[in-house]
Amino acid sequence: MTETSKQNANVVVERSAVADKLRGWSPNAISEVIEFRGETTIVVPRNVLREVAERCRADKELQFNLLSDATCVDRFPLEPRFELNYHLVSIPRRDRVRLRVRLSSDDPNVDSLVPVWPGANWLEREIFDLFGIRFNDHPDLRRILLPDDWEGHPLRKDYPVEGYRDIAAAATRYTRNRT
Amino acid sequence: MSSQSVSTTSSSIETATGSAKTMVLNMGPQHPSTHGVLRILLELDGETVVKAIPDMGYLHTGIEKSCEDKTYSQAITLTDRIDYLNPLGNNLAYCLAVEKLLGIEVPKRAQYIRVLMVELQRISSHLVWLGTHAIDLGAMSVFLYCFREREEILKIFEFVTGQRMMTSYIRIGGLALDPPTGYLQRVEKFLKMMPGRIDEYEELLTGNRIWMGRTKDVGYISAEDAIALSMTGPTLRAAGVAYDNRKVFPYSSYEEFEFDVPTRTDSDCFARYMIRVAEMRESLKIIRQAMSKIPPEGPVRTEAPGIIPPEREKMKTEMEALIYHFKIFTEGFSPPPGEAFAAIESPRGELGVFIASDGSPKPLRVHFRGPSFINLQALPKLIEGQLIADVIACIGTIDIVLGEVDR
Repeated sequence: MTETSKQNANVVVERSAVADKLRGWSPNAISEVIEFRGETTIVVPRNVLREVAERCRADKELQFNLLSDATCVDRFPLEPRFELNYHLVSIPRRDRVRLRVRLSSDDPNVDSLVPVWPGANWLEREIFDLFGIRFNDHPDLRRILLPDDWEGHPLRKDYPVEGYRDIAAAATRYTRNRT
Repeated sequence: MSSQSVSTTSSSIETATGSAKTMVLNMGPQHPSTHGVLRILLELDGETVVKAIPDMGYLHTGIEKSCEDKTYSQAITLTDRIDYLNPLGNNLAYCLAVEKLLGIEVPKRAQYIRVLMVELQRISSHLVWLGTHAIDLGAMSVFLYCFREREEILKIFEFVTGQRMMTSYIRIGGLALDPPTGYLQRVEKFLKMMPGRIDEYEELLTGNRIWMGRTKDVGYISAEDAIALSMTGPTLRAAGVAYDNRKVFPYSSYEEFEFDVPTRTDSDCFARYMIRVAEMRESLKIIRQAMSKIPPEGPVRTEAPGIIPPEREKMKTEMEALIYHFKIFTEGFSPPPGEAFAAIESPRGELGVFIASDGSPKPLRVHFRGPSFINLQALPKLIEGQLIADVIACIGTIDIVLGEVDR
């Protein structure tokens, strides 16, 4: 782990430059910058996410051309409940950054990043499938891992780990099969 | 799944073109060349693919949800089962993320042994890939040769970790146990044998006219498209982008090793085959260096009371160690609240693990960025406009593991 942290330590100056760059573009582009274990997280207001992402990708000095990952964290029962994390990589600059958007539980929706990185397509479908977050202007927002008629979104914290099933009925079936 | 298939077909394919000339063919999910249970809806015009829609989820077992219900150490056994051709790599990615979250360091000896094991794993994974890809394209004997060599690697795994496949050998803070005496001799024997065997595969395939006919100029994707679709691994390197996490964001002391990142620019199925064969040779180089770097003696686990289980001897003689041992195995340990993302170069591409902690002994969220899942997204791009027989070659060279796609 030393190497990773050392390497991250080396680029810390450059990294906050990412935040400065975005601030220079618009003072409302960033609501918070978090540094933890050598990773930079830039918290972005929901309404400017797509513009900030487009900046990150297209800017000559940022060049975050690869969307490595997108995922969600459910902080139920806290509010705002959902946190979307986008992990960006700049292949030419050898840099990583995380964009974060916070969404409240009533009407969780956000602009899709498919117009910026086409690779966001399935990642967003996965989040839609497992967390029930809607992505505006997504070209094909369908469930991806679960069947279309599945009820609920399993990775939400209020969804039980063992799923919704009738335990009494399952137990009866089990004993009936045994006798 | 039947209701799903109907709705997928009607909502997307038939209304997409609505042409009377085309027909819709359902490929998979039970088809050997899909390397698992992948279903693809193909709209065909004669033998040409007009549109392709991959459909998956048949192996979805909710591993990410299960991880949230386990302590940090318990979740390691689940990571083995994601990409079942790369269990050690999954262990490593997960442990790197937890170690980053905890801010602990791993002893050098353990880091080098990790590198050794993960590179052996890479070779074994590429061997399975080469064997199955070749059998899909009709070269039966390569499959048998590849599995013969893979067996040797699995024997080394069994000797060192106690398991052939679901190893759970890499643990938080180091390794599960010291490797047994004589393991390096076994690796040495394998290293002596392997280069000649790779030459054999290349003799069978590289200059083979049927092989070239089936793979050259098949499944082309440009570097820009590959990056835009978030592709990583050999598929991206075959398009000319030298993006390899071992070089770009080194982990586990990879920066001390000398190796090349093979790239090509033709970006077809043949290029991806050449890249993987070259990677096997590079892995042999790394293993050779790791063997000389591994110190004969030294700890394989870091010392972090309350987080890493104490040594057996100490547990029997020291009260403190016994208490820690009990606490670690009953309630686990609690990392500070925060998030960590660790990425490694798996045989298939960037394998990332994102962990969010709320300060409790169980992770708030564990997410696996499976390279198979994301690379599969580019499949329609690769096969649309190609012949149906090329679909098989394209699925093969993306090298998907459905366990990782569906998780």
